[in-house]
Amino acid sequence: MFDLPVLSLMTFLPLVGVLFIISVRSSDDVITARNAKNTALFTSLFTAALAVYMAMQFDPSEAGFQFVEKYDWFPELGIAYHMGIDGISFFFVLLSALLVPICLLASWNSITNRVKEYMVAFLILESLMIGTFCALDSFLFYVFFEAVLIPMFIIIGVWGGSRRVYSAYKFFLYTLLGSVLMLVALLTLYVQVGTSDIPTLMENPVVRDLQIWLWIAVFASFAVKMPMWPVHTWLPDAHVEAPTAGSVILAGVLLKMGGYGFLRFSLPMFPEASEFFAPMVFWMSVIAIIYTSLVALVQEDIKKLIAYSSVAHMGYVTLGIFTATTQGIEGGIFQMISHGLISGALFLSVGVIYDRLHTREISRYGGIVKNMPKYATVFMILMLGSVGLPGTSGFVGEFLTLVGIYQVDTLVALFAATGLIVGAPYMLYLYRRVIFGKQINDDAAKMADLNMREIALFVPLVVMVIYLGFFPGYIMDRLHPSVDRLITQYENGLQKGEQRRLAAAEMSDEKLAAVKPAAGVPEQNVEFVPAIAPNLDVLEEVPMPIINYNE
Amino acid sequence: MDLNSLAPLHAELSLAALSMILLIYGVLQKGQVAKKVSYGAIVSLLVAAMFLHAAPSEPAVLLNGMFVHDGFAVFVKTVILIGTAGGLLLSLKYMYEEGFARFEYAILFLLSAMGMMLMVSAGNLLGLYMGLELQSLSLYVLASIRRDSVKSAEAGMKYFVLGALSSGMLLFGISLIYGFTGSIDFVEIASVVSAQEGMNVGLLFGMVFVLAALAFKISAVPFHMWTPDVYEGAPTSVTAYFAMVPKLAAVALIIRLLMGPFESLTDQWQQIIWFIAAASILWGGFAGIAQTNIKRLLAYSSIANIGFALIGLATGTEEGVAAALVYMTLYMVMTAGAFGVVLYIRRDGLPAEKIEDLAGLSNSNRFLAYIMAFFMFSMSGIPPLAGFFGKLVIFQAAVASELYVLAVLGVLGSVVACFYYLRVIKVMFFDEVEQDLDKSVSASRQFVVSICALIVLFFVVKPEPLINLAKQAAQMIS
Repeated sequence: MFDLPVLSLMTFLPLVGVLFIISVRSSDDVITARNAKNTALFTSLFTAALAVYMAMQFDPSEAGFQFVEKYDWFPELGIAYHMGIDGISFFFVLLSALLVPICLLASWNSITNRVKEYMVAFLILESLMIGTFCALDSFLFYVFFEAVLIPMFIIIGVWGGSRRVYSAYKFFLYTLLGSVLMLVALLTLYVQVGTSDIPTLMENPVVRDLQIWLWIAVFASFAVKMPMWPVHTWLPDAHVEAPTAGSVILAGVLLKMGGYGFLRFSLPMFPEASEFFAPMVFWMSVIAIIYTSLVALVQEDIKKLIAYSSVAHMGYVTLGIFTATTQGIEGGIFQMISHGLISGALFLSVGVIYDRLHTREISRYGGIVKNMPKYATVFMILMLGSVGLPGTSGFVGEFLTLVGIYQVDTLVALFAATGLIVGAPYMLYLYRRVIFGKQINDDAAKMADLNMREIALFVPLVVMVIYLGFFPGYIMDRLHPSVDRLITQYENGLQKGEQRRLAAAEMSDEKLAAVKPAAGVPEQNVEFVPAIAPNLDVLEEVPMPIINYNE
Repeated sequence: MDLNSLAPLHAELSLAALSMILLIYGVLQKGQVAKKVSYGAIVSLLVAAMFLHAAPSEPAVLLNGMFVHDGFAVFVKTVILIGTAGGLLLSLKYMYEEGFARFEYAILFLLSAMGMMLMVSAGNLLGLYMGLELQSLSLYVLASIRRDSVKSAEAGMKYFVLGALSSGMLLFGISLIYGFTGSIDFVEIASVVSAQEGMNVGLLFGMVFVLAALAFKISAVPFHMWTPDVYEGAPTSVTAYFAMVPKLAAVALIIRLLMGPFESLTDQWQQIIWFIAAASILWGGFAGIAQTNIKRLLAYSSIANIGFALIGLATGTEEGVAAALVYMTLYMVMTAGAFGVVLYIRRDGLPAEKIEDLAGLSNSNRFLAYIMAFFMFSMSGIPPLAGFFGKLVIFQAAVASELYVLAVLGVLGSVVACFYYLRVIKVMFFDEVEQDLDKSVSASRQFVVSICALIVLFFVVKPEPLINLAKQAAQMIS
């Protein structure tokens, strides 16, 4: 059944497309551009088809990793090319494969210079994104995770808006700074545990003190990627300057790498540290939700507004994940998928009017419901999805997250629920200013409604948003076994830590007990008493309960 | 002593003989023979490489302990020979373009390569000094090979004066070491040092002086001041060579010295290496940001990169040494490529050295611009390019030896340096082009740049061989 190496195929197929695009040369720029576009679209559609095939082959009841592939890479160091997906990564792979063809279609006419390079950058990006979610070796993961910076830097810097250089730099350096700290953490983990295999690392948490440090380093990377308040400031800049398709990928997939990292690394590998830091994450998330919602309210730039709303929505994700409850984690993941669809589509719809008027300023629009009724409908569905209206996918994630957090901390739940309220006005206000009202701008009033290509872009996204709102079961069924396994791992890790602590305490107690009767000597000489033999017995006996527990 | 017992020395001997033959040939011929001599030199390097690998692989000590032959030396010498050949290939066209096409150029390359090989094989302090001086003297002349250029002459002069100062320090250190151990032989020094109880301040001073002199050769902070000026003033092809090969040889020499005679002083020199590694990375990162000249930028980049290689050494473990060797080899490949691209950039018949001048590259030769971007990303340590793996093994060694603070400083420094590498990419791709560049075609240069680009791009597929070779080499030394 798993003979076909689907994951490797999906990861490297886009690179084959890149080879084709590079190798075909033509003196005529128009033909070159057309060929590049067609090749890229074809490749990405083929990858998407593979993703659908993968989805059909996927066994929803299996909690572990599926489609596993493992080859030697650095046999000397024990680093392997190890790929595989479980219920959690499955959806991110699907999301990446689905969004890239949509992005390519969205840039069909709006990108006119260096088309070939643009297509190449997107295909490389696709390959790296899928690779990131499939990698089951921490170094392999890092390679994909970090390499994403290259194409994204180029996409923002070459095809971006007027402040593109500043934004590209900010994006690159912010993310890199976080990532390199994670590299040190992964190396430490590798040296301590002796493997870089993610499934093995998940089963073998290190001692608590080390967990704390490693958690911080890994958190630095994923929190920037997520992005969490207060390291979110690169996101509005990057979104505003990136071309439409770049924003879609950024919001749709790249931000999810942060959440995915928390699920894959922070929770299972550092359970005690996660528990320790959870309150901090909760409050950072709540601040993100409320603060960025308020900031979004005063934005004059449509893209910036949606970017801030992304930060707020990601706040729910981190909130949900670190509750370590079934509802919280599933809600967080659902929220990520839903946000990928909704904000991806929202950026697309900003792109639609940007293509026509070449401005993102809210005040330059107004009353366009009259000339663009179809657009207004699509935008309304997405806007309501973003607000979290029941019946859209946005509701499910936020609701589950709140259920999860309520079990852990009611005060945080109170603030997070308030966030739902402050989350609504900015989207409604945006909608009112852009779609309704008087038609004050002539050029805005003359804009043409959606054409067939644009409708084709929105249909799958809008359908998914509504479908998942009513039938979240498709996602939940597949998520459940893996999330259960994750929580078991997390709790096992906590218990293991508890055992370790008890064993350590017991050891020092017994040491004292063993030493005291033997010695009629003053306290300060305890260590020098010739009581080595009983001490050795203690050392041999104590690890036993831990080993038994493991088995 | 018959010729066969000298087999490990054949590489150096052949290089010496062939360079003399080429010198005589060059002097006797009338007219331009620079190209022929250069090709002859490349052939000589190949011959030397052949002899090197034909020699018996088991370790040997020759010339009364002055010359050591082992797997470590073979590995480093191979890289040196390849690097020197690459440097010559990069220069072939450039020396005609810039009008310093003299046959001495290639012969100086050969002599310096020979000096480096002797350095790497040094078995006592005398061998160390002689190898180092042969190398340095050739490099001083190379820096000022453009006699009619003020900048080139200034670079040579500066390099010479400061180099002579460092040689003085080296000799002073050597004399101290000799005075306190009674020997110049590495093996004997090692046994004296390990037999000593407690710390011998005089010996320590000697070691510090030697280390300072060698830190000068590898341009590690705080002995780096000459680097940007010499890199800027010397002809670009010479700068490329400076950045590629001598650094590797000097790092290898430091490794041999610290892991050999001073191994039992690890606790002492570890602090020194720790400091110069961290200082080089940070200073190389921050000072590079302000540069406008691409050669100066690459000079600071080389300072920072030496810092990373020194992290490997600071661990004092076999793993760390192997990591340093891997790092220096990959760094050589990247620098060769980057300088190769810089050699292409000419405007109005003159070499253009401002970073802004690179802007024309994505117009006149887009392919080259992409290759340069790969080199820059690779130097920043972004996966999946080769530079990342260099950093990976270095940091792995550091973490394994629990040098956490140094590792964190290192990765943070790499982010700072990333800023100026990105600037090169930004200039090439994001900025408007004002003026087109001249077409500069050179098959040999293209060959070198392409090979480097292929290595940088595809190292990820099979990183094993180089890492294994470096490991084996490191095993021999520790």
